[in-house]
Amino acid sequence: MSSGRIPVPRFGHGSRVPGWDEAVDLTKDPAVVPDPATNPVPDELRAEIEAAMAKYPDRRSAAIPALHAAQALHGWCSPEAIDQVATVMQLTPAYLTSVATFYDMLELTPRPPHNDVYVCTNISCSLLGADELFDAMVGAAGGDESVHVSSFECLGACDIAPMASVNGEYVGPLVLADCEQIVADLAAGRPVLPDKQLRHRRCVDPSVSGGTQEFSAPDHDQRADAAGLSAADQSADRPGPSAPLQRPDTPTEN
Amino acid sequence: MSKILLFDNIDEPGLNTLEVYQRRGGYEMLRKALTMTPEDVLAQLSDSAVRGRGGAGFPMGRKISFLPRGDLQKYLVCNADESEPGTFKDRELMQKTPHMLIEGLVIAAYAAQISHAFIYVRGEYQLQADIIEAAIAEADGAGYLGENILESGFSLSLVLHRGAGAYICGEETGLLDSLEGKRGNPRLKPPFPAIEGLYAGPTLINNVETLSTVPTIMRLGGAEYAEIGTQGSTGTKLVSISGDVKRPGNYEIELGIPSREIIYGLAGGPPSGLEIKFWFPGGSSAPVLTKDDLDVPYDFDSMAKAGSMLGSGAIIIADESRSVLDTALKLAKFYAHESCGKCVPCREGTNWTHKMLMRIKTGEATPMDLDIMASVQEQIIGNCLCVLGDAMAMPIGSMVEKFRPELEAEIEAARERAEAAPEQNVVALGVADEHAGPMPVH
Repeated sequence: MSSGRIPVPRFGHGSRVPGWDEAVDLTKDPAVVPDPATNPVPDELRAEIEAAMAKYPDRRSAAIPALHAAQALHGWCSPEAIDQVATVMQLTPAYLTSVATFYDMLELTPRPPHNDVYVCTNISCSLLGADELFDAMVGAAGGDESVHVSSFECLGACDIAPMASVNGEYVGPLVLADCEQIVADLAAGRPVLPDKQLRHRRCVDPSVSGGTQEFSAPDHDQRADAAGLSAADQSADRPGPSAPLQRPDTPTEN
Repeated sequence: MSKILLFDNIDEPGLNTLEVYQRRGGYEMLRKALTMTPEDVLAQLSDSAVRGRGGAGFPMGRKISFLPRGDLQKYLVCNADESEPGTFKDRELMQKTPHMLIEGLVIAAYAAQISHAFIYVRGEYQLQADIIEAAIAEADGAGYLGENILESGFSLSLVLHRGAGAYICGEETGLLDSLEGKRGNPRLKPPFPAIEGLYAGPTLINNVETLSTVPTIMRLGGAEYAEIGTQGSTGTKLVSISGDVKRPGNYEIELGIPSREIIYGLAGGPPSGLEIKFWFPGGSSAPVLTKDDLDVPYDFDSMAKAGSMLGSGAIIIADESRSVLDTALKLAKFYAHESCGKCVPCREGTNWTHKMLMRIKTGEATPMDLDIMASVQEQIIGNCLCVLGDAMAMPIGSMVEKFRPELEAEIEAARERAEAAPEQNVVALGVADEHAGPMPVH
């Protein structure tokens, strides 16, 4: 080994690994199941959680749908949001926190209600430039608090790699210039990159498409689409804030 | 061209609605199944010898036969938590032909005499979940679900459950815990879910593609279905192909065709015109194969013989310009992040592997690290409750074995680079860690 050892990069708290759990405050008693009489819960949220609980033999099964609903309301799983879910479900906040900390789609850092942009950075996407795309997306979002960009595990759309999920709408294959367009579309409240949405994509299997299918933009007249879904159907049980999911009837120039 | 069963005219507009599905003969097989005894339906499924399409390849008929008979509270769970990197076949099925899944699910539930069913869809598949939910409502309205289905006396309730982003919930027992509203930690097996699963009741768990195949099996008859494909791997399989190919996407193939035919014939091979360096034949958890293995028949047994696995049927191609180290690093980071932390070999092994690969990247490693890394992989395999750790250990182990000279060259090059410009290297690492460290700061 040479004498000039390379300085090891470390995070602010002195570790090479980011993210340690916060220390527990031992002076506090653990939170108990909240009392519904003293914990007001917004009516809509209560109704949503109660409807979710009714679907399962065990009410705890509704933990994830309930946390999704609370997150949609509060922007993240804040202590207040968790308390409200705990009040309706009659579970301890600790139990719900343990669930919330496990899942990537449940946010644990303070955030106003926002648009979620998940950029897939797994193998297939990164082979085709997802890391650069992620950097460009972060750059495009800039300091805009209403757009939250995160790099995500494989989103199950490697056929449109590199891709991103914008409020649940899968778009791809993306080029770096699309990042600005995504932010602009979100700001304007219109469907994001309508020509690159996965929902319009036809199957590539030549036995299905008759061998005519090239890897290109979808044919507007023959879209394989989520036809028959009314707007009400689509947003019924959808977690998190979502962009309006409407089928663009006319091709938008983009 | 191979037989098209699942993808038959899948792009027909409106196929996701009950009207179009019925016009094409949808739910006829459910009617037929309900006139048969559950034993006869099960016999058809067993005769077809169809193997689970989720990854493990366990014969479906046998799985059902493990469930205790009798009038018990039993559950069926459809695993739609498709998150194996490279896999996106279930997505296309759920989005375009949700009623085929529901029909297959009801038939399977009837064969096993199950009255409660759940579809666990990964949280990211919002569009697909919306579509299935609408399809369930339609099927319910038409009497294909609910009480006394088609006046047969058989009842089934079906609930769609949305996950919230965790790879481990695709593991069957992790999925059950998640469905019960807990953290998705895998359970000790045995007891297997067929004996003690969801809410401690006997539970049948099948993948979307497996259940979607059921109506076809009923239409053809089990024995005739078994004629398709090879003896050990019957039927057709959806293959998701991605990475360095001209036409990435889902293809339906007859099991047993040469892999080359899928990669070059259907998907067109690498667009760069370069040779293939390595490829994953069954999702990122499968040991990598090289260009020498392109003529291996694509079926469960041949892939196992070649030292890999068919897994979920997801082929990822990397051409010669790709770095083995970068891919290994992506893999290790992914599995370290997704490890639930319950078993020590997996929790520590995935993180150490990631750290060791980072050491190679920063020029701190020596060739001996490759031996240590290989031994870490060996210590993970078979020593955990579930196979998440194995899923990292197998591909990384195979990469170290097959590409050792290249990794050694990377170690040497990185060390020289680091010695020439130590500061630069530190900055690069800092940036890489900041946006995608092994454990994101929550």
